[in-house]
Amino acid sequence: MADIALAPRSAKTQIREATTWDQLKHNRNWLGFWFMLPAMAFLIFFLAYPLGLGIWLSFTDTRIGRIGQFIGTENYEWLWDDSIFWLSVFNTLLYTFIASAFKFAIGLYLALLLNENMPFKAILRAMVLIPFIVPTVLSALAFWWIFDSQFSIISWSLKHLGLITQNINFLGDTTWARICVIFANIWRGVPFVAITLLAGLQTVQPSLYEAATLDGATRWQMFRHITYPLLTPIIAVVMTFSVLFTFTDFQLIWAMTRGGPVNATHLMATLSYQRAIIAGQLGEGAAISSAMIPFLLAAIMISWFGLQRRKWQQGENND
Amino acid sequence: MTDLPTRSIDLKAVLSGSSPTVAKGDHSEGMSYLQSLPRKFVTVYLPLSIIIIILLFPFYWMALTAIKPDDQLLDLDKFNPFWTWNPTFKHIHKLLFESYYPHWLWNTMYVAVCATVLSIIASVLAAYAIVRLRYKGANLVGGLIFLAYLVPPSILFIPLATVVFQYGLFDSPMALILTYPTILIPFSTWLLMGYFKTIPFELEECALIDGASRWQILIKIVLPLAIPGLISAFIFCFTLCWNEFIYALTFLQSTQNKTVPVAIVNEFVDGDIYRWGSLMAGALAGSLPLVILYAFFVEHYVSAMTGAVKE
Repeated sequence: MADIALAPRSAKTQIREATTWDQLKHNRNWLGFWFMLPAMAFLIFFLAYPLGLGIWLSFTDTRIGRIGQFIGTENYEWLWDDSIFWLSVFNTLLYTFIASAFKFAIGLYLALLLNENMPFKAILRAMVLIPFIVPTVLSALAFWWIFDSQFSIISWSLKHLGLITQNINFLGDTTWARICVIFANIWRGVPFVAITLLAGLQTVQPSLYEAATLDGATRWQMFRHITYPLLTPIIAVVMTFSVLFTFTDFQLIWAMTRGGPVNATHLMATLSYQRAIIAGQLGEGAAISSAMIPFLLAAIMISWFGLQRRKWQQGENND
Repeated sequence: MTDLPTRSIDLKAVLSGSSPTVAKGDHSEGMSYLQSLPRKFVTVYLPLSIIIIILLFPFYWMALTAIKPDDQLLDLDKFNPFWTWNPTFKHIHKLLFESYYPHWLWNTMYVAVCATVLSIIASVLAAYAIVRLRYKGANLVGGLIFLAYLVPPSILFIPLATVVFQYGLFDSPMALILTYPTILIPFSTWLLMGYFKTIPFELEECALIDGASRWQILIKIVLPLAIPGLISAFIFCFTLCWNEFIYALTFLQSTQNKTVPVAIVNEFVDGDIYRWGSLMAGALAGSLPLVILYAFFVEHYVSAMTGAVKE
């Protein structure tokens, strides 16, 4: 920038008409196209195309190593009569519903607790997030060991406390297996909910609480009428993400139970993996995973309209 | 579309624990003097410590199992299972020298770093174009990228497996390096868009008048100012890659090409009753790199998490 004044004479003669190339170089759309190219290439080749291909595959009888024929809705008709598929739908809904409800309740509670004044706050908050950082599969293995049928530490502790006489068959019994995987999911999801809600809590003005205290509000009233309404938008987003990721969960189940015992913990994702990759029925597996799309769309729509309403209430514009 | 009308979130405050709106000097405790200590113990400290113990217990148990001798692992009556007086490094030794573990660790690292770098480059360009070039349809593209974030890997892995097979990438790290960006780009683009929006327009206008090209503006002005955002995006993407399971499980086959999460689940579970020690040692060693990274960049993690939600 300091060199501008060095060659004033030659600059005068060099002025020329802007060529088409020059105009193109400063055209927003042209530049924008090149800037977007890498990201778009990835997303089109490895996301949009497979998404469409998946829906197409669900209408064919493709197997591993064999190109499929178009068979219409036969896969879906087959699934309609398949009790294991319906069991997996039920499991997925149960898993999503219970785990999300607990994650929300415990996460909000933990966020409120962490928002209090106390010593070692920063370290406590950092520790809370650790379950979220560690790869899901690896912590699922730890739970697998904790819930072992013979050497479970939980069974041992309960036996020594005199509460039970026999080891609990945690992952071998259908009800217990469901409880265990849901517990592990909650354990992993709570930190995410808690830390994001905590970030939201800190934007609430303390003066509101001071005013409410002067007016004689109880702690519950303060939560119900100040904290909760102000947190609603962030709760909506966090819970949408949480529901989406719980609904499509795969790794936790695969590491802990692989869908067993007697398919009691099969989610739609694990069932589609089993049918498509292990049994080789790509078409049928694709039909199962395509069947998840309506549920996901429903979840997205709910959050979308939730956010719209919020904007309208606040009377703010889009930016 | 998802811009929320929340007030800006002070990320440092989330972790350091100081509420930004409380004047620090005189009223640092806010209204907490209204609560007596015994009451606070019951309503805050007790539930908080129970939750934290539950959240951290699996890691303690993992670490303890990794160093316990085999006979103590399986004999719960003679030894107190919650502690051991004679730790052994047998399991860790077995892990490091009698298995492909170092190989797997290297694969995971290699795939995670390559995929993250690729995605960050693509996202920086895309985010800059959406926020600052504002070409025709930029908002629409921004919305589509957000939607892409909501497409979960578990509905994509079957068609992607056929695509990977067609391109001849099956069982090679390239399959993962090219598919992971589909998870990472939407996330980091949104995160970086948020950071780029906070950089003043005037800086760029000055540079344009001085004759800088868009490329120079991006490299010399915008990126240096967005370094915190880049770090957040980088470590969060790295964590996501390290964590990824279903693609790695589907696209990789030979033992030595696997990544840590897949390899541990498939290779160590051999029905051997003494497997627990090395299994837990493997799980612990697979988590350590991320925990160490986390310890150094806590603030950036939180900013990445809340940033992604906030947008």
